[in-house]
Amino acid sequence: MSAETHEGVHRHPAPTSFIRKYIFSVDHKIIGIQYIMLALAAVAVGMTMSLLMRLNLSWPGTHWPILETLFPTGAPGGVMTPEFYLSLVTMHGTIMVFFVLTTAPQGGFGNYFLPIQIGAEDMAFPVLNMLSFWVTLVGFIVILLAIFVEGNQSLGQAFAAIGPSFTGGSGTVGPIGGWTGYAPLSALGKIAGPGQGAGMNLWVISIAIFCVGSLLGALNFITTLLNMRTKGMSLMRMPLTCWAWFTTAVLALLSFPVLLGGGILLLLDRIAGTSFFIPSGLYVSGLLSGTNPNFPLHTGGSPILWQHLFWFFGHPEVYIAILPGMGATSHILSTFARKPVFGYRAMVFAIFAIGLLGFFVWGHHMFISGMSPYSAIAFSVLTLSIGVPSAVKTFNWIGTLWGARIRFTTAMLFALGFVSLFVAGGITGLILGQSSLDLAMHDTYIVTAHFHLVMGVASIFGMFAALYFWFPKMFGRFMNESIGRIHFWLTFIGVYTIFVPMHIMGIVGMPRRYSSFAEYEFLKTLHPLVLLVSVAAVITISAQLLFYFNVFWSIFKGKKAGDNPWEATTLEWTTATPPPHDNFAGVLPTVYHGPYEFAVPGAPKDYVMQTDAGADVPSGDGHNGHKH
Amino acid sequence: MLGPMCQAVMATMVTSTKKATTKGMGSGGRFPGPNGKKPGGNGFHGGDGGNKRKFSPWSYRITMWMVLAAIVMMFGALSVAYVMVSEEQRTPVPMPRMFFVSTGLILVSSATFHQAKKALEQNRADTHLRWLLATLGLGFGFLISQLAGWRELARAGVYFSGHPRSTFFYLATALHGGHLLGGIGLVFYLVIRRLRPLWQLSAEKNVTWTRVVGLYWHTMDGIWIWLFALLLIFK
Repeated sequence: MSAETHEGVHRHPAPTSFIRKYIFSVDHKIIGIQYIMLALAAVAVGMTMSLLMRLNLSWPGTHWPILETLFPTGAPGGVMTPEFYLSLVTMHGTIMVFFVLTTAPQGGFGNYFLPIQIGAEDMAFPVLNMLSFWVTLVGFIVILLAIFVEGNQSLGQAFAAIGPSFTGGSGTVGPIGGWTGYAPLSALGKIAGPGQGAGMNLWVISIAIFCVGSLLGALNFITTLLNMRTKGMSLMRMPLTCWAWFTTAVLALLSFPVLLGGGILLLLDRIAGTSFFIPSGLYVSGLLSGTNPNFPLHTGGSPILWQHLFWFFGHPEVYIAILPGMGATSHILSTFARKPVFGYRAMVFAIFAIGLLGFFVWGHHMFISGMSPYSAIAFSVLTLSIGVPSAVKTFNWIGTLWGARIRFTTAMLFALGFVSLFVAGGITGLILGQSSLDLAMHDTYIVTAHFHLVMGVASIFGMFAALYFWFPKMFGRFMNESIGRIHFWLTFIGVYTIFVPMHIMGIVGMPRRYSSFAEYEFLKTLHPLVLLVSVAAVITISAQLLFYFNVFWSIFKGKKAGDNPWEATTLEWTTATPPPHDNFAGVLPTVYHGPYEFAVPGAPKDYVMQTDAGADVPSGDGHNGHKH
Repeated sequence: MLGPMCQAVMATMVTSTKKATTKGMGSGGRFPGPNGKKPGGNGFHGGDGGNKRKFSPWSYRITMWMVLAAIVMMFGALSVAYVMVSEEQRTPVPMPRMFFVSTGLILVSSATFHQAKKALEQNRADTHLRWLLATLGLGFGFLISQLAGWRELARAGVYFSGHPRSTFFYLATALHGGHLLGGIGLVFYLVIRRLRPLWQLSAEKNVTWTRVVGLYWHTMDGIWIWLFALLLIFK
């Protein structure tokens, strides 16, 4: 091979400067790690906010000196105001859903492993890939800005220079309105109360920027997967992770534009005097629309319209969060059970079915919006039908484990934890998905418990599993298994202790998003449970410090790993550890087998790698290459 | 053509199982197939001599389809918004006459672009350039007539910040105009490509670029017709 042709192998030569290599990198692996680091930073912020909320709920009125120092107006005397609490709720949800659950599973692990698992040397459009990360990071910086602009009086006044609608410094940590930003509250501007000026503007802008970043990423994922698979990597030979990332990218591609459109309308309502989401004759803060220069005339808008636009995006979004976790779980269960994924083909179709149905169920978030009961029935039936592909996945996971000699690594524990949390959280979906039951339970803690278990914590468990599993490939070193096990058990028991009592609170009727329950006689008996949840939350959050320590310690000091430490079969384990700049050192692999050829009769080892070509290896097309 | 035959041959060589070649999913050469449609995969194993990664038209085409899917979703969402908020509006907004003119202009521009593409495929380089320039001119003409339409609306007392429906007239045209401006940029890029000295050498790239720009241009045309019909029907 001449030097000249060898040069052509690399689409872009390996960068040498630090900035091109680690900061403005076009290498999908570095971009993946950047996304994971972004998520690790964002989750720290989101977790701190949940900690503050728990402190306020279980020890109301306590004096917290640190809060007083940081937020003199939001927590006068160290006691947080209800507005401060509500802005915590909003920012916790927004940061977690967008900057953790959307970035780490897809942007992080997807970016790093999708090209390697299909045998490509990079994404189809590396520069676009870099842009998608940096745009997302700008979105994160803007949402962080909301914290300081609303929390700090002088910064808030400085922001008013942009325009009167950008006045901040109202003593919150951002807007109030939940991660859903319901109109008309979110559409009115600063007359609607604390946090609704600069905070809400920055919130909308941040979300719009995030939409653009995600769209750029989704384009790249789809094109790369469809067009850059290596020789022999047919669709049905792809690991289930790739199917999950692909479906997620399609969901993102079709749902983020809708949120972007809604976000543009919302921003226009806020700063350009339009009235898409503001109905006629609204009376807010003692002012009637059109009678005061601070509250110009608004006519003909529909607050429900925002709910439709938001949830048309919002429901696919929860699958954007969970699907990559499902993919990683299938992948890891199979590897450590040393068995093929049970029903590979069914798993693929289940992923597709979940993605498809996800576009037709947004109304189940709006059962109490006054929709026609007939619409509610339709949304209800469609929602419950998602139980079918979900059950297919769950039974196939159990089928994969059936009769296996399981290797209980930390990654495997977290994958098993994913299955457990997905089932436990999904069960209440069958209750909340029925409009008649939802009418009673809407906006109570059972909803909080449901989505935290099934979409929040389960996704996070999928990501924990993925990180413990792929860490050796990414950094050439194992994460510490002993710390990992302690981390798993503390987190696993912790999250159940947090969220199971919340179901009970919800059934009793404890409403979501209240900063204090002191005024409600019928909720007083629940205080021990509230206390239990808070104590569990403190312990579980502390346990994450172990995880952070494990990650950063292991990058430098962990036990060294070989090329295929888990004896896995897919392409990422055929290349060097960590993979070279073009993933396969100039020669792309050829694929001869399905992704989960474990326990193959007649094979020299108990597994056959996708690239194993030898004639002595029984050939098969993956899942059904050999019957048991 | 050698292509399909090669693919079939490669597919049998690549995949060791017969199933992969006979069953629907799994064959190496199917749309869009591993590594695009090149029999040699990414060029590493194909026996086409070099190790250089081939230009893949499918990457561009798939990406353009995906971009358009996202854009259509956004305009779809805005259309739903328009229909929902237009229910209680009592006074109809008159359709500016200039919008009829611009509709004609954009329809013609699609035709001229089609001519440009046809000329390229028939290797008539100068005709190709002429039709591209005509498309550019019509694109600018469209934008100017849209702006004139705004003036007409303003004269009729329809302003941006009135009722949501009035806003939509401006918003839809502005967002569409912005996207069409992107299309003008793309056509402009085709013109620049055409004027490069060794333009003829990258024939495959030229055709691919012309095709994906064409997809974009015709879709923008279609979106305008859709918005125009929406504004006409839901008065």
